[in-house]
Amino acid sequence: MRHALIAMRAIVLREALRFVHQRERFIAALVRPLVWLLVFAAGFRAALGLSISPPYQTYITYETYIVPGLCGMILLFNGMQSSLSLVYDREMGSMRLLLTAPLSRAWLLFSKLLGSTIISILQVYAFLLVAWLFDITLPGWGYVAVLPALLLGGLMLGALGLALSSFIKQLENFAGVMNFVIFPMFFLSSALYPLWKMAESSELLHDICAANPFTHTVELIRFALYVELNPMALLWTALATVVFMALAVWGYDPARGMMTRKG
Amino acid sequence: MKLPILTTLTAALLSTTALADEIWVTNEKDDTISVIDIETMEVVRTIETGERPRGITFSKDYSVVYICASDSDAVQVMDPNTGKILYDLPSGEDPEQFVLHPDNRHLYIANEDDAITTVVDTQTRTVVAQIDVGIEPEGMAVSPDGKIAITTSETTNMAHWIDTETQTLFANTLVDSRPRHAEFTKDGTELWVSAEIGGTISIFDVATQTEKAKIDFEIDNIHPDRVQPVGFEFTNGDTHAFVALGPSNHVAVVNTETYEVEDYILVGRRVWHLAFNRDRTQLFTTNGVSGDVTVIDVASRKAIKSIKVGRFPWGAAFRPTE
Repeated sequence: MRHALIAMRAIVLREALRFVHQRERFIAALVRPLVWLLVFAAGFRAALGLSISPPYQTYITYETYIVPGLCGMILLFNGMQSSLSLVYDREMGSMRLLLTAPLSRAWLLFSKLLGSTIISILQVYAFLLVAWLFDITLPGWGYVAVLPALLLGGLMLGALGLALSSFIKQLENFAGVMNFVIFPMFFLSSALYPLWKMAESSELLHDICAANPFTHTVELIRFALYVELNPMALLWTALATVVFMALAVWGYDPARGMMTRKG
Repeated sequence: MKLPILTTLTAALLSTTALADEIWVTNEKDDTISVIDIETMEVVRTIETGERPRGITFSKDYSVVYICASDSDAVQVMDPNTGKILYDLPSGEDPEQFVLHPDNRHLYIANEDDAITTVVDTQTRTVVAQIDVGIEPEGMAVSPDGKIAITTSETTNMAHWIDTETQTLFANTLVDSRPRHAEFTKDGTELWVSAEIGGTISIFDVATQTEKAKIDFEIDNIHPDRVQPVGFEFTNGDTHAFVALGPSNHVAVVNTETYEVEDYILVGRRVWHLAFNRDRTQLFTTNGVSGDVTVIDVASRKAIKSIKVGRFPWGAAFRPTE
């Protein structure tokens, strides 16, 4: 058990170190949601207020609405970025070194996942701080209550990244992940528009959005920010975490998964 | 043993119920009043009224509530405990707004269709006077010392100053287009009048009946035509005024010393009138189009909740229940 914890600490620290050394990555991770918040939301001009839907108790501006979605965006992009680094690790050979450690593969992958999730969460809090400076405030306890939601959401999206990375042969293929996974996941969710708004334009679009696990992560974060629990969102996110994690473990299993085929 | 516990519990429950103050809201389209429990912020009672209830005010001792049932051409007097209409007062045609004189006896009623202000004695239930004013009178106010009553007329665009001793006009002052609401500051030195189409609030010096300031409103990303000041209320000590800005869905916070707008708060659709709770820490706004009441926390100037009421809520009044 001690060995396992030492390994976890080392992997998490490696992630942290990598993050500290890439200051541009931190700025980029912060700038992306801020551009959405300050440019996109301002352009949306919902100054007259959005209709009330839970967990909101009254009318809100669009800026307030998209904050949880942008928190989810940070987790999503970071989860994928971390998977990109795994592909890189594999190409460089450091992955082989890591996987030779006398510890279970699932544990090593989970440690990697935890490391990247912690980094994502720090970025989310930095974003919430900037949003607060722009007068987009949330209930005080919401900043605390959102932590477990961010952790679970981060793990889920990180696990998805891990699973995908086991299927990607080369670094260049990551562009495909951007086009076919990240963007559809983000745009076909409740991050930018409420689901009832989606239903107004198309029922099919609404159903796709409702089935998207990212929608449930965003809703879990949204409710947690207002110190409320959305059990359905929790269930979906937890379920997706287990499925993606199992896929990742399977994908990284040299005996059965995609690794064998890659050689 | 169980009985005393049960009795204590029941008594405790009853006393809690009795402590919960209320906000009464008239629903113009539903012909009802929604009673909001301030503690739970929920509608606890819905009471039938005459047709198209708009203005609402309680007697000074809160023993009766007066309701302008505009399309029934009556001011209805209701027992707030039972919700029963006790009797109608003669009000003239289409009463829209009214104000109760500090003597707790005389009601000054604006009769929109007749261009008159009717003064009714609530004790003898008779019309004491009818005063010709401008076309489509609406806003009504009485000075804190009870000597002056004000009627604003929507089409004439004037505030009409009535001497309450002689029940005659002694001054008329022009305001911006379609004045809706008038209110004296508590010290009685200023009269504020909101102009819906003009988009302004004019402030008059009461001693000279001359305009001393005018407030304009401007909200980012909202067309000026939508910014239509209607009802407003003063905070404790008259330091700030909260102004309902109609279809702009915002309430403005105005500093009463500098006459500057300090804040805009997002509320429901077409905000019309407002009422404070007992200690003026919370403000309740009636939002006509969205059919709800938004609760504003006065200290933080943030909307904290919107409560669904009937269709087209119009007027609001506070009722203490202890």
